[in-house]
Amino acid sequence: MKNEWPLWEVFIRGQHGLAHRHVGSLHAPDAEMAIRHARDVYTRRNEGVSIWVVKASDIAASAPGEKEPLFDPSNAKIYRHPTFYDIPDEVGHM
Amino acid sequence: MYAQMVKSTGERPKTLDEMSPEERAFQARVDADIKIEPKEWMPEGYRKTLIRQIGQHAHSEIVGQLPEGNWITRAPTLDRKAILIAKVQDEAGHGLYLYCAAETLGISRDEMTEQLLSGKAKYSSIFNYPTLTWADIGAIGWLVDGAAIMNQVQLQKCSYGPYSRAMVRICKEESFHQRQGYDIMMKLCAGNAEQKEMAQDALNRWWWPSLMMFGPSDKDSVHSAQSMAWKIKPMSNDELRQKFVDQTAPQAEYLGLKIPDPVLKWNEAKKGYDFGEIDWNEFYEVLKGDGPCNKERMAARRKAWTDGQWFRDGLMAHARKKRARKMAAE
Repeated sequence: MKNEWPLWEVFIRGQHGLAHRHVGSLHAPDAEMAIRHARDVYTRRNEGVSIWVVKASDIAASAPGEKEPLFDPSNAKIYRHPTFYDIPDEVGHM
Repeated sequence: MYAQMVKSTGERPKTLDEMSPEERAFQARVDADIKIEPKEWMPEGYRKTLIRQIGQHAHSEIVGQLPEGNWITRAPTLDRKAILIAKVQDEAGHGLYLYCAAETLGISRDEMTEQLLSGKAKYSSIFNYPTLTWADIGAIGWLVDGAAIMNQVQLQKCSYGPYSRAMVRICKEESFHQRQGYDIMMKLCAGNAEQKEMAQDALNRWWWPSLMMFGPSDKDSVHSAQSMAWKIKPMSNDELRQKFVDQTAPQAEYLGLKIPDPVLKWNEAKKGYDFGEIDWNEFYEVLKGDGPCNKERMAARRKAWTDGQWFRDGLMAHARKKRARKMAAE
């Protein structure tokens, strides 16, 4: 088991100017090979202009159970949305 | 704007013939509206100018929390207080997006902070004016954030990918800022004579400083040509200022407020407003550090940085200890 290839998470920039997006993962012995594999696995139909790979073990993630404490508080803060304020049409777009 | 006077190379843009093959290829990408990304080759001047511009922009977001934070404890209602807290919190977030965008160009966050605290890096002159009444919070949202949006909307098209993407995110969040400001102004203007007077007084004090946010007039803007050639700055200072006046004058009219400019008048021929000349002396004085609140703002930032030192160090020490413990266990 010692020689098992580590897992890499793959991020592809779909178009110039856009941010990289997570598309999936793969196994590879090192970063260089991970990029080569990512090219073969995830961009066969010209899906990207750039690839990032990150070792899955280097990603820290929130736990599914944390969803409520993390995200519920913002539900009540409707004043963060522009539509909370009634702006008359006469003054133009704002 | 939030970056008002960004020094570029100080030279006119090179012609295609004067460029090295690398520079020519780079310029061709910029001209074709292909975004430049962190690890690509870029001219040193491009990198440095962007660091200055994004840095100034980031510092402005951070220092900009101070004049508004001044009213959090005195907001007139609980609703207004919650809104103001949310807005100031957004500004902190915007500062962070921008610092990160600048960091992709090879400068660290601490270096940028040090440049701000030493006075080497600038922030927008607008935040060196005091917030004397509650109406100032309305005026800032309406005018200052209005001017910021005007600038940031065009910066979404900036040639540098990370900056452009930060702008997209910021613009999405910014609309609420302007609307809550205008909402405060509408409330005050629909109130009693004293409240309306308060709104007028705020407009009187914030109008000209808001126009100064767009930076020197194009004819005095020595660094603009290069920044525009690199598409770091898609529109000129005067173009943006004109757009801002055209957008804002009818909004003031709706409120029943008078913009403090005797020359301001609709010009049918140019389909825009004519307006008076900015007091450029004041602009350069404030930028140089002699505005009404420059010393106070910098003192507050220095205090926050120094007082937070033990906390930053403490968390790093804790993280190091945790890592060592984990390694020992493995």
